[in-house]
Amino acid sequence: MNNMALADKPAGFDATFDVEALRRQFPVLARRVHGKPLAYLDNGASAQRPIAVIQAVDDYERHHHANIHRGVHTLSQEATALYEAARDGLVRFINARSRNEIIFVRGTTEAINLVAQSYGRPSLKAGDEILITHLEHHANIVPWQLLCEQTGARLIVAPMDARGEVHAEVVESLMSPRTRIFACAHVSNALGTVLPLRRLMAAAKARGIATLIDGAQAVPHMRVDVRELDCDFYAFSGHKMFGPTGIGVLYGREAVLERMPPWQGGGDMILSVSFAGTTYNSLPYKFEAGTPNISGAIGLGAAVKFLAGMDRDAAHAHESALLRHATATLSQIPRLRIVGTAEDKASLVSFVVGGVHPHDLGTILDADGIAVRTGHHCAMPVMEFFKLPATARASFAFYNTLEEIDRLAVSIERAQEIFA
Amino acid sequence: MELNDLYRDVILDHNRQPRNFGALEPADASVEGFNPLCGDRLTLRLRFSGDSIADIKFDGQGCAISTASASLMTEAVKGRTRAEALRLFDRVHRLLTDDAASSDDLGKLAALSGVREYPARVKCASLCWHTLASALNTEAPASLPAVSTE
Repeated sequence: MNNMALADKPAGFDATFDVEALRRQFPVLARRVHGKPLAYLDNGASAQRPIAVIQAVDDYERHHHANIHRGVHTLSQEATALYEAARDGLVRFINARSRNEIIFVRGTTEAINLVAQSYGRPSLKAGDEILITHLEHHANIVPWQLLCEQTGARLIVAPMDARGEVHAEVVESLMSPRTRIFACAHVSNALGTVLPLRRLMAAAKARGIATLIDGAQAVPHMRVDVRELDCDFYAFSGHKMFGPTGIGVLYGREAVLERMPPWQGGGDMILSVSFAGTTYNSLPYKFEAGTPNISGAIGLGAAVKFLAGMDRDAAHAHESALLRHATATLSQIPRLRIVGTAEDKASLVSFVVGGVHPHDLGTILDADGIAVRTGHHCAMPVMEFFKLPATARASFAFYNTLEEIDRLAVSIERAQEIFA
Repeated sequence: MELNDLYRDVILDHNRQPRNFGALEPADASVEGFNPLCGDRLTLRLRFSGDSIADIKFDGQGCAISTASASLMTEAVKGRTRAEALRLFDRVHRLLTDDAASSDDLGKLAALSGVREYPARVKCASLCWHTLASALNTEAPASLPAVSTE
């Protein structure tokens, strides 16, 4: 096949974006896998950590660890200050109004469950409707199914088209007087589709419908402004945005969070406890029962600082160039079909190769040092829609290169030869 | 780790042209196997003659390892008694998981030994065998729940 020569940078490629310097910030990218340089193209599952994040966690563990919001001693105060500084960084990062709107959780999944149980469960009743879309990750399906079982509400699913696009007018037509919650992805993890959120959020707001956005796949790729989006909730995970695992954020509009009861009870979420009754703590602590993932939050704070210090427009342009190059290069491979061809896509490519099962492909790519995800991507309804058991997915970050995509193409062709 | 140790010629051949693939009617037992992590699905149908497996067929969709393993399995157990087939299940299970396991006398099934170097793929090879064991270990196979790797 005709791989694009390196001299042929695709249109829009920004030569001033220094990928090599950026890659040096991510130690794991220098390693070899099965004797080949690692090409890490599984960022949609989990992104790698820059030195800044590794050092922030290390520094905390070595010098400052203690429980937060508890002791008057020096270490406890330092740990509390670091943890709360991470929260302040997140306020600026997504343009929240105040630190009361940033709840630390384990990740996107926990954030959505929190909203389903604390916002949804007390307020929904039989006959109410929860609206989602067909392209959601299981984490934005199952918590609502549980809520439906608990309340008698109905789950309504807005369809997507053959390209994997969700059309605003179709979703709007499904918003009824019974719709109480509209929850959707910002970016589809399985297909890369970017949803038309501006219009969807406005439509929901006009009808008094509460809105939640699953931002797990969006935050690593684009600037997110929750005030501009005008959503009630926005959920995302630390490890997909170059931070640690086990930490994530639920943004909630303060007035809405205020009215919600606590989700979990325990330490830190109370002001006073007696056997006659308990007074809950104020926001955001009302939703942070028990000792949280302190080092995770501090690591996430460092990831936020890292991203804020980048030229994110240049990073986005680089990722767009990667997507264009991957789409063009993979499209030239016979019997390869790209799944998800939305007009507005984040930098990932889901695909199937005729005659090569995604799992075999994943093993063969791994032997060449190339990491991709294969499987149903926790989006079985999406796979069912395309009548596929699984796809392979190459998901890019700003540290990926055109050369890595060329290697991917060569390795796919090698797999085709093995199974020819 | 050598890819051609995993994708041996026997495996590639049985993936390309699976033996005993398709429906079996009538069947005395029909059991489904499912690997929810990768989406592999297969249906195993058996016909018995006394205590022996008179005929066995499979269909479904899966990766090369899972397809070849099922194809090799159907060839290996056809005509065997239940007890013989279950002993073979034990042998293959050990072959897939134990580095010290011998592949002597296993014939073509020995080709599956390359899978044990790829822990993420062991379930692909063992799904059909667990499905078979489930069909053989019960008195009323018609009412069996689907077998899952998880």
